[in-house]
This record gives sequence, structure tokens and C-alpha cells, in this order.
Amino acid sequence: MTLSVLYALAGVGLFVLALHGLIVHAHLLRKVLALNIMGSGVFLIMVALARRATEAPDPVPHAMVITGIVVAVSATALALVLLLRLKEVTGRTELDEDQTPS
Amino acid sequence: MNKASSILLFTVLAALAVALGYAVIFLPEQAEGLATAVSDQMGNSGVDHSVTAVLLNFRGYDTLLEMAVLLLALIGVWSLAPQSRAETISIPPASPVLLALFRLLIPLMILVAGYLLWVGAHAPGGAFQAGAVLAAAGVLALLCGKRLEGRLAGWPLRFGLVLGTAMFVAVAAAVMVGGAHLLQYPLEWAGGLILLIEAAATFSIGVTLMALFFGVRPITDQRP
Repeated sequence: MTLSVLYALAGVGLFVLALHGLIVHAHLLRKVLALNIMGSGVFLIMVALARRATEAPDPVPHAMVITGIVVAVSATALALVLLLRLKEVTGRTELDEDQTPS
Repeated sequence: MNKASSILLFTVLAALAVALGYAVIFLPEQAEGLATAVSDQMGNSGVDHSVTAVLLNFRGYDTLLEMAVLLLALIGVWSLAPQSRAETISIPPASPVLLALFRLLIPLMILVAGYLLWVGAHAPGGAFQAGAVLAAAGVLALLCGKRLEGRLAGWPLRFGLVLGTAMFVAVAAAVMVGGAHLLQYPLEWAGGLILLIEAAATFSIGVTLMALFFGVRPITDQRP
């Protein structure tokens, strides 16, 4: 097992842990954080697997990751403002539970 | 969440982790991906660093749209946050130590941003890294209680925000005059055009990230 596979496995671990956090926590700030960590896991996997090229690492996944980081940052900012707005309008930081049909 | 459903969740996620881990471990140990294709075309890119070549030349379209995504996110943030919130943001007065550090760090950060921008042509670096450092300098300034002057918060700020995207679109379209495709830089101009786009993009990324951090439209002297 090469070092890059180890990094990719760490990325898988981050992704699954954060997915757990996303499902379990109701507070929207925690959900935003969990989504960010999921993204970081994916970025780690992509960068680690790009190392499998024989000479220098494959530059295309690196370029995709740097694009992804910027998009993740702006999406996080938008999500946080939506969260603030929800807090202002409803006074709550959680979404409604799904209504089970009776 | 009751006990049964948390056990079920744990089982499903464990299965997912095992499946993903299995997929990662049993990938071929060596895979060229697009590394060969990129290194074959490096001579046509105008820069010496492969990631910059992919970002600004081979996949320039992605980067152009990404600049637009940054702008869209800021438009979304400005539309959702009521302007009145700008007055309620208050930060306790910064300590003299912080202010002294601020004066020391800002020129250094701008210098680092410029260096990262320049070095991107042949080593790791480039517009996004430089823009992030610039944005960090801006966030530091905001946290020290500095605010954009009212006369700069109107059109000058908007000019700074769209400069990167506008420059990118202008260059992408201008090369079509010579009969090339969209974003197909002529070889002898490629290096210079990439640096021009990156310089504009660095400035805009820095300003946009700073504006995203501030979270509301800054107060202007007169409404634009």
C-alpha cells in the first residue's frame, strides 16, 4: 500500500464521518460544517489519487480541487447568510421535521 | 434519534466506508490520468507550471465560470442580508498590539500575494492562492475595525469585484478577433495574457472573499 492510498483512505474516513455528522445533527451550522468537511475529504481523495501518475502528479485533479475549494468557500458564505436569515425570520436554527402522513 | 435508527445509520455508513475504502485500495497502483496529455501540450500553454496551465489555459472555461460563481455567491449574500445589519456589526476597539501587528503584516501579506501571483507561472502558486492571501489581509483589516470608506463602497468596490471576470471575458473574446476560438490564446502572447488575467483575478478574488466575510453590503455615501 502506497502513501497516497493511505491519504485517500483518510479522505474516505473524513467523508464518512462528516456524512454521519450531517445526518445526526439538526443544527444547521453543524450541517454546514459537516458539508465542508465532506468536501475536504473529497479534495484529499482527489489530490492523493493524482499522485499515482509516474512522474509529477496529474495536474488536472489539482486544478479541479483548487476550483472546488473556491466554490466551497463561496457556497459556505451563502449557506451561512441563509442560516442567519432563517434565524431572523423564524428565530430557529433548525429545519422542521418531516411531517409523517397520518 | 432512537437506538435502533442510530444502529442502522452506523451500519449503513460503515458499509459505505468499507465500499469506498475497497474502491480506493483496489484502484490500479499507477494511473497516468491526464498527466501525459498535459505535459505533451505544455509548450503551447505559455507557462511552465502544469497546474497553472490547466487552470488558465487548457481548462480556462472552468476557471472563468468559477469567477462567475464567486460573484453569484456575493450577489446572493448581499440580497439576503438586510442593509441594516451593517450598522449593527460592532467590533471592540483593537488593542495597540494588534494595530501595530496589523501595520506590520499588511504590507508583508500584499508582498506575499504579489509573489504567489508571479511565481504561479513556473511553480505552485497563482491567482487563487494570491487572492486568498489578499483576502486574509482584508479580513484582518476588518477585524481590526477598519471599514471601507463610504465613497469607495459604491462603484469603486463593484469595479473591483467584477474586474477579474470582466478581464477574463474581455481576453477570451478579444482573441477571437484574430480568428482563434474562445479562450484560445495566441502562443506568443499566452504568458502575458495569463499573467494579466491572473492579476485581475487575484484582486477580484481578494475583494470578493473579503466582501463575503463582511456579509452585508457596505454602507455607501449615496446609493449607487
